[in-house]
Amino acid sequence: MANLKDVTDATFQQDVLDSDKPVLVDFWAEWCAPCRAVGPVLEKIAEENGDKIEIVKLNVDDNPETAAKYHITSIPAMKVYRGGEVVKSVIGAKPKPALESELAAFLA
Amino acid sequence: MRQMIIIGSGPAGYTAAIYAARAELKPLLLASSVEAGGELMNTTDVENFPGFPESIMGPDLMDRMRLQAERFGTEVVYDDVTEVDLTGDVKRVTTGNGDVYEALSVIVATGSAYRKLGLPDEDRLSGYGVSWCATCDGAFFRKRVIAVVGGGDSAMEEATFLTRFADKVYVIHRRDTLRASKIMQQRAFENPKIEFVWNSQVVGIAGETAVEGVTLQDTVTGEQRELEVTGLFIAVGNDPRVHLFHGQLDLTPEGTLAVEGRTSRTNLPGVFAAGDVIDPTYRQAVTAAASGTVAALDAEHYLASLPEELLAPAKGAAEEGSAPVAGSTVNPDGELVAQP
Repeated sequence: MANLKDVTDATFQQDVLDSDKPVLVDFWAEWCAPCRAVGPVLEKIAEENGDKIEIVKLNVDDNPETAAKYHITSIPAMKVYRGGEVVKSVIGAKPKPALESELAAFLA
Repeated sequence: MRQMIIIGSGPAGYTAAIYAARAELKPLLLASSVEAGGELMNTTDVENFPGFPESIMGPDLMDRMRLQAERFGTEVVYDDVTEVDLTGDVKRVTTGNGDVYEALSVIVATGSAYRKLGLPDEDRLSGYGVSWCATCDGAFFRKRVIAVVGGGDSAMEEATFLTRFADKVYVIHRRDTLRASKIMQQRAFENPKIEFVWNSQVVGIAGETAVEGVTLQDTVTGEQRELEVTGLFIAVGNDPRVHLFHGQLDLTPEGTLAVEGRTSRTNLPGVFAAGDVIDPTYRQAVTAAASGTVAALDAEHYLASLPEELLAPAKGAAEEGSAPVAGSTVNPDGELVAQP
């Protein structure tokens, strides 16, 4: 399964905010069990929809600046950015069909 | 077709699997996709599971239960059950991927789900200060003033854990005594960062984009007041996960699945239930594990009573099961090692 790209405080502007494609950022941490559970689900969605949306991960421990900027207080938090703006937020690990339906607008 | 399907991957599900696998029933365990391991995945130190005097982390304990179940031939599938047909001799279970599994017996060990307060702003602010998972979200509340709602062991554990990060943690409880175990109460009482707010109920959550405070109502006088907090952790109990079984399995007045006496037998032959989904009272990892044992033994007994023409296809087909999903394994030193 495809490993998702890591973005950081340093690369967030370039990789996420300036991207031409919608980008889903998975805010996660090692110590969060639901984050580890949802990882493979996101990898699968990325694999199946690579042409429509890019899915990347941001480790909140290593990149506190970005996590604070977007007021992350629950993880996993999945935020979709388009044109530099957050256009969709999903909080908490969800099964693949549930995530797909939340993200339907970006996967169509 | 198989002999047994187990729905759920908490202590009840995995313990049932260990017993069933050792009885060579080759159980299939449907673990769920993102909630595999159950409630203990979101806990830290488990201090009351016998055999671990130094305590063990919840996720590690669940990983070990899974390994023990797999060691004897349990097949674990990480998918969510979306539909069941349990009424006939052959039980059918459908998952989120659209796969349909068939078996002669089913053990339901679906556990329970966090109860909500039922307030209009709870969902809106979920992820913006409202949380059900202190281990996931505690670190975002460094130096903040926050609150935990509830009076049980979970609430005490969360409050104590959250003092690692927060400057102050209120514990809001609707009565003036706690249901939590004495050791957990004591730990919370002795913690200088924890302040108890007795006889109080949260009736409102304030905040436009993030939690800014809660409205409390005194359960004795009815008076209302505001309390300024930026985080609200909800630990007011759990509800049994029974929605898949409505119309097929009988419920008790408490809302749990009904079983016969001290057994795990539901109203349908070949369908057994174990763990928190049948337990409105104790809800411990150990009682769930014990309950899983009862279900595996009851199911084994039931399978032994079935006519050979029903059993034969189930025994043959189990050989064709796919390989268990890779995870971690135990090395010769007894340490958990991740496998690709």
